[in-house]
Amino acid sequence: MTDMKILVVEDDPEAAAYMVKAFQESGHVADHAPDGLEGYALAREETYDVLVVDRMLPKLDGLSLIRSLREQKVETPVVILSALGQVDDRVKGLRAGGDDYLPKPYAFSELLARVEVLSRRRHAPAAEQTTYRVGDLELDRLAHSATRGGKEIALQPREFRLLEYLMRHAGQVVTRTMLLENVWDYHFDPQTNVIDVHVSRLRAKVDKGHAVQLIHTIRGAGYMIRDSAR
Amino acid sequence: MTALGKLVRATAFKLTLAYLVVFVVMAGCVLAYVTQSARELLLEQTRSTIAAETSGLAEQYRLGGVRRLVHVVERRTRLPGASLYLLTTFTGERLAGNVGELPAGVLDEQATRVIEYRRDDRHEDRQINGRALVQVYVLPGGFRLLVGRDLEEQERLRAVMWRAAGISLTFITILGCIGGWFITRRVLKRVEDISDTAKTIMGGDLAGRLPVTGAGDELDRLAMHLNAMLERIGELMNGLKEVSDNIAHDLKTPLTRLRNHAEEALRSSRTPDEYAAALGAVIEESDNLIKVFNALLMIARLEAGGEPQDSMAEFDAADVARSVVELYEPLAEDAGMTVSVDMPAHLPMYGSRELLGQALANLLDNAFKYAVPPEGTARGPTPALCISAARAGAGVEIIVSDNGPGIPEDSRHHVVERFVRLEGSRSRPGFGLGLSLVSAVARLHGGRLRIEDNHPGLRVILELPGKGASA
Repeated sequence: MTDMKILVVEDDPEAAAYMVKAFQESGHVADHAPDGLEGYALAREETYDVLVVDRMLPKLDGLSLIRSLREQKVETPVVILSALGQVDDRVKGLRAGGDDYLPKPYAFSELLARVEVLSRRRHAPAAEQTTYRVGDLELDRLAHSATRGGKEIALQPREFRLLEYLMRHAGQVVTRTMLLENVWDYHFDPQTNVIDVHVSRLRAKVDKGHAVQLIHTIRGAGYMIRDSAR
Repeated sequence: MTALGKLVRATAFKLTLAYLVVFVVMAGCVLAYVTQSARELLLEQTRSTIAAETSGLAEQYRLGGVRRLVHVVERRTRLPGASLYLLTTFTGERLAGNVGELPAGVLDEQATRVIEYRRDDRHEDRQINGRALVQVYVLPGGFRLLVGRDLEEQERLRAVMWRAAGISLTFITILGCIGGWFITRRVLKRVEDISDTAKTIMGGDLAGRLPVTGAGDELDRLAMHLNAMLERIGELMNGLKEVSDNIAHDLKTPLTRLRNHAEEALRSSRTPDEYAAALGAVIEESDNLIKVFNALLMIARLEAGGEPQDSMAEFDAADVARSVVELYEPLAEDAGMTVSVDMPAHLPMYGSRELLGQALANLLDNAFKYAVPPEGTARGPTPALCISAARAGAGVEIIVSDNGPGIPEDSRHHVVERFVRLEGSRSRPGFGLGLSLVSAVARLHGGRLRIEDNHPGLRVILELPGKGASA
């Protein structure tokens, strides 16, 4: 992942310092704005890859900040952080123009994965490919088929979507929550390791009998599909 | 308050008094009407008797002249209980009859009226004063004929009737007062019992119950409802106590473990790997705590009725049910459980798709946890799970049933409470919040969660009436 430039708009200095430091340690550049107005000014002046905006901010609250930016045609992707974590909070956040939503407290690995995905989407925008390729694994969205080394892999519809999501973000970490959100469209806590079970089944179909493993487990974060041979 | 004051102030007494007044007034009216009607009827009868007699005498005069009339009148006055008669010439000279003195001018006018008179009683040689209804008739030749009836009997009848009315009204009043007093005392006694019990309950003894006499009257019903309410309050109090105990236990346990991990990592110098493992454990414990808090907050929010308007919409419940089942199917397979689904292709309803998904996820997760016998125990029949959904009125009903050990009947209402985990389940992962959340979701959709016996196993029914599609 190339370096990203991230703006953290967060009023709690400790939380902000932690985030800035963690982003920097992951090889990115991070700025910090302690309130909504400063965040708004910075987001308009500078070019950021992703904004991380706390929902509750002094001077200008997070949602108003995002709305104002969108009115000014600033389309920088935004991850909303919220301590509220209530059912309709996410809907409100996304409606205001946010691109993703993360309830507090969050794992930094989760935030990083989401920020990276948003940043990538921004730089390699819309026009979705019809085929994805990772190593000798190929997925054809139109034909709804997946092959590895030319051999057809029989996939259930949901397995196909799971693989498609992983391949669309090849080389990026996707967390379990992201998989649940994007493949199943649920945002609740599944209580168990159910996503792991799905991924391991997919892995059995994709990687079994192959010398090169494509689906990798990233400890403490999630999964990534990549051609490790290269 | 004195006993009498209490009695007088009692609703029953006031009501009795009001009824009594109304009743007495009505009885009085009826009696007055009857008396008046009877009097008029009698008077009317007398009037027609007099008219008949008068025309009879006039006929006698026509047939036999004044001589014959005098003769007839003389004869009639001698009969016992005779009417009043007087025959005079046109100058007022008396020819025959038994009337003594008359008010002046009575004979001048041909009319029927009530007069004061004095009666001649030849046999007893005395005179009676009285009131009479008389008719004066002027015969051809100027003779004046007066025929009348004494009204004394009628007056007497009237007096008797009035006296009867007075006596009966007095009796009604007295009996009413006594009855009212008895009823009031009875009602007052029971109300006193109820408020005495209420006082002891307010004093902190929640076990007290109001007396129910078994009469099935409104006081009994009131007492029964109040008892049911007390029962519910008692349950809630116990539940609250249990919840606080459980919160203390379920939150303190992971907090203690968290602290232990951190302390252990600090105690002696370790390799980086050991530090990493200790910190990993710390993060895991705090994640667990966060999960508990999230679930608690969510339940509280849903129960407070803080309607998540923004996430309410039309959605397909069958689609949600199928996708949640599909999400959990691999876990079922791993647990050796068969899963069957029985529902129509589409079940549109209004509500929160996200919350329904969460509720179903909790139910399935429970089934995997509790309906499958733990490794190493005697295996019963193949664990089986069935998820069915159907339209129920305007909403949807979803049934999740298994053939596991089920939940004993007396614990069923209990498991819905926060942090309640049944005996034998504390060893398995979980916080005892799953069903509480499911129940809160059902209530948010205007429905409820029902837990039943599946013979064998557990059957959980999620009633989701929906809230009117476009509301």
